[in-house]
Amino acid sequence: MSIGHTLLGLLEGEPRHGYDLKRAYDERFGKDRPLHYGQVYATLSRLLKNGLVEVSGVEAGGGPDRKRYAITAAGVTDVATWLSTPEKPEPYLQNTLYSKVVLALMSGRDAHEVLDTQRAAHLRVMRELTRRKATGDLTDQLICDHALFHLEADLRWLELTTARLGQLAKEIS
Amino acid sequence: MTSDAVGQPLLAGINLRKSFGPTPALDGAGLHVRAGEVVAVMGPSGSGKSTLLHCLAGILKPDSGRVLYQGSDLTELSDGQRSELRRTEFGFVFQFGQLVPELTCLENVALPLRLGGVRRREAERRATEWLDRLEVTGVAGKRPGETSGGQGQRVAVARALVTGPKVVFADEPTGALDSLNGERVMDLLVSSAKQTNAAIVLVTHEARVAAYSDREVVVRDGKSREVELAR
Repeated sequence: MSIGHTLLGLLEGEPRHGYDLKRAYDERFGKDRPLHYGQVYATLSRLLKNGLVEVSGVEAGGGPDRKRYAITAAGVTDVATWLSTPEKPEPYLQNTLYSKVVLALMSGRDAHEVLDTQRAAHLRVMRELTRRKATGDLTDQLICDHALFHLEADLRWLELTTARLGQLAKEIS
Repeated sequence: MTSDAVGQPLLAGINLRKSFGPTPALDGAGLHVRAGEVVAVMGPSGSGKSTLLHCLAGILKPDSGRVLYQGSDLTELSDGQRSELRRTEFGFVFQFGQLVPELTCLENVALPLRLGGVRRREAERRATEWLDRLEVTGVAGKRPGETSGGQGQRVAVARALVTGPKVVFADEPTGALDSLNGERVMDLLVSSAKQTNAAIVLVTHEARVAAYSDREVVVRDGKSREVELAR
């Protein structure tokens, strides 16, 4: 997740102080992982240097929290470019799960056990997410759905790999 | 979904074996479920999941092994006794084709009550309540063929729960639905069952559906396995 782009996106709505920006970010995107103030000010300082934000006002009293930041035209273009550029799909085939299945086969261990144990661990997290969805607001639901679909994709891939264990074992040997 | 189920199993299949001709479908599988608990049965196609469910529900008689329901062995009951048990104590939700096409949705939901001798007016009053709980009051007068897949499946859930079953058997209940409708059906099925402290045996190959369960049992080659992770 690009914190810089997300902060820029929040500033597109209205100019904000660093503190407001952190609060808006945490509320919308950072429930599990709120930003540290240091991250906010370091990111704003970088955005400022790159001309993507500007200080639109400084209130009396000084200190970084008194500055109000506004997005620049270059910042708006940057956000638009970020939003219209797809994220690189993550490669799954070389991940830890694949390595575990292959290593289990290579060492003569039960690869089904790798799958069953992984399924149990995935399902434990999926249950927590499903519970959180049931009590959460729409934002919570959307975030949980995304995590659920990814976990499910991992499991589907593992199930398929396990169904192909015989073929895989031949190739490995 | 957090189970407050404690104590003895309500239903338990022990060391079940079942073959169809020379083909073994169950080879020592077992499963138990407590009141108010949701247990997912997972595994690849042809692994024996549905056969296990059918044995637990008394639809099939295993070649060997025991199915204990509230202490009595289903395998020792007559066909008639098992039918009676299924009608009064169990509810069923399948993937397809469970509603009677000639009856309206209201009549479909009232049907298990009518078969149990409940008078028409009372059966339809209770059926209406359940259609309401499942948020499909609007289809009461329609035939199943005139409803959407999601509506039809909610009607099926209402019909499974209308008799107040102790155990609900659900075999791929969302298999024919899109994600959003499937999720709604699972939300309603599980929350309704929890309210009445009914157990659910949920056969599914979908992890997102299994995530509604309290624990999962995996069936592979007719054998069952439950993984216990360290906390």
